[in-house]
Amino acid sequence: MSFSNSKIRIYGLLVALLSVLFVISLVYGSVSIPVGEVWNILTGQETTKIAWQHILLQSRLPQSCTAALAGASLAVSGLLLQTLFKNPLAGPSILGISDGANLGVAAVMLYFGGSLNQLTGFTANAYLTVVLAAFVGASLVLAIIIYFSTKVKSNVILLIIGIMVGYLVSSLISILNYYASADKVHAFVMWGLGNFSGVSREQLPYFAFFTLSGLVLSLLLIKPLNALLLGEMYAANLGVKIKRTRFLVLFCTGLLAASVTAFCGPVSFIGLAVPHIARLMLGTSNHKSLLPVTLLAGACVALLCTVLMIVPGSNTILPLNAVTPLLGAPVIIYVLLNRKSIQYFN
Amino acid sequence: MKDERTPVIETRNLSIGYLLKGRKQKVVHEALNLRLYAGEVTCLLGLNGAGKSTLLRTLCGFQKPLSGTVFLQSRPLESFTQSDFALTVGVVLTEKTNAGGITAYELVSLGRHPYTGFFGRLRKEDHRVIRNSLEAVGIAHKAQNRVAELSDGEKQKVMIAKTLAQECPIILLDEPTAFLDVTSRIETMGLLRKLAVEQQKAILLSTHDMDMAIQMGDCFWLLDKHRSLACGAPEDLILQGTFGTFFEKEGIHFDETTGKLNTAIPLDRVGVEGDFTTSYWVGNALLRNGFRPSSVGREYLSVFCHSSSELRIAYPSGGEQIVRSVFELIQAIKTKRNDE
Repeated sequence: MSFSNSKIRIYGLLVALLSVLFVISLVYGSVSIPVGEVWNILTGQETTKIAWQHILLQSRLPQSCTAALAGASLAVSGLLLQTLFKNPLAGPSILGISDGANLGVAAVMLYFGGSLNQLTGFTANAYLTVVLAAFVGASLVLAIIIYFSTKVKSNVILLIIGIMVGYLVSSLISILNYYASADKVHAFVMWGLGNFSGVSREQLPYFAFFTLSGLVLSLLLIKPLNALLLGEMYAANLGVKIKRTRFLVLFCTGLLAASVTAFCGPVSFIGLAVPHIARLMLGTSNHKSLLPVTLLAGACVALLCTVLMIVPGSNTILPLNAVTPLLGAPVIIYVLLNRKSIQYFN
Repeated sequence: MKDERTPVIETRNLSIGYLLKGRKQKVVHEALNLRLYAGEVTCLLGLNGAGKSTLLRTLCGFQKPLSGTVFLQSRPLESFTQSDFALTVGVVLTEKTNAGGITAYELVSLGRHPYTGFFGRLRKEDHRVIRNSLEAVGIAHKAQNRVAELSDGEKQKVMIAKTLAQECPIILLDEPTAFLDVTSRIETMGLLRKLAVEQQKAILLSTHDMDMAIQMGDCFWLLDKHRSLACGAPEDLILQGTFGTFFEKEGIHFDETTGKLNTAIPLDRVGVEGDFTTSYWVGNALLRNGFRPSSVGREYLSVFCHSSSELRIAYPSGGEQIVRSVFELIQAIKTKRNDE
């Protein structure tokens, strides 16, 4: 009952796709490194070029790992929000949660000074401060959204409120920008374009710790998430402790979205679009398979984006947020146009 | 006669309503002493704003009583943990669900939620209960269909199957037949009756569908803003005249002979007697045309229904006429009235 052939096929496909994309993202770049050499470097054997070793270990490997983790985190946080708000158009960037994380980071970067990359000398405290600031910002917006969700019944209205809160937060960021020095503003703008390569090899364990904790927590929430498909009253009647579940789901979303935003900048569309890709592939909204598939698909999509960022035949690398909408927006438009025939809208 | 049965839900001096700002209370109803019994379908009727939802929400545990106590199986409601409650009361609500993307089987399996462990893994016993629940509501053949592919009536059956999978003795339903077409309404109500009788469930449902409730309900709870609650068998409430007082208002009258609300009760009496089915429909036609069907009498026109194609009209003047259809009958009576 729980594992049909088609589901096993989808898992297999995604794992294969993930591995292939991971390898491509290591090989392909402004400098291409042959697959054989990649293998040699990763397994610690002799390599012909020291530069390749440096590029691979210090830059590409952390970037690919970051992309996979960030993609999975954003996709899962989008799915959690869509289930909780019973709205297929909810997502961390739409509800203003990413903006909240932005504000936190902006406050640290613009007001207190120094970006993640510019910090000289690695101090765990500095990263912790930025992540914490992003988390506080995201939680603040989440708290506002939760407050309004108890006041307004309509999910469309709630979504619009989320967008408005996002604008308000953006205006605060503009004010911070206005009073900050030019170099800080530049650093913040660059950060705002989104980037999976901002996480260095030394920072990677911290990033992995935050995102993996969030992802594990989300997997533990599968049972109450399924009950929430029926709505909060039905779920309460089935013994789900609504307040606690709401808190855990939002905490998990906040942790995932905030860590990614703190380390990689605000990344659009992955959180919104990937859960739809997963549902369309699986044909179910049962979280038992939907959540793991969303997680894997998120990692794949993010890796695909890092590959697409590289303009072929040149040294140019496009900003991440120039690529994600190219993949995400068509998915959302497709879903909206076909909403009558897509089962989870009904 | 004193009722010797033990109620599964009993309220004592229950007062329901809302807490307002500044510790004020908005009392919707007070001094409610209700009893809900196993094996019966109880219908909660009342106009909009009469407090049906408030009462139902209170019994569902979604909102706290203002005062008084609710006993579930002789145990006070406050002593129930949320998971105990989930094993005792199952609900079917009007809340919009987001479950179109899971199968009917998966939806019913959510009813096993209180029984399964942390990861919600279904055991052999759980699968057996789910299958039985699907069969009991007659939807087993659509178990693997997605909920979005089901009709409204089928969706309602699946929701009822979910409460069966919960294996709780009490089922509370908020307007289960609203939005359903005529056959689905009958099916749903028939199903609830069957479950009450065969599985000894205590079933309480709120409804606006008076005809269906009179047809299928064992017991009525009538609610009105300005009156205390009335309960009893529907027929008793109608014959005692209680029923009418709950629904009549300016321009709306309850006709005790037909059990229907009408804009006006016609006074022009016509006697009807004979074959049961024929006289029922003759009565229906008479009402529509502004006559009041009554028992036969000498002082007014009477119709003797020998069969559906042989209707004898006896005029108070002494004359008689045989007509062959209800249509002809109405024509004849109308002509007679116009002559007078």
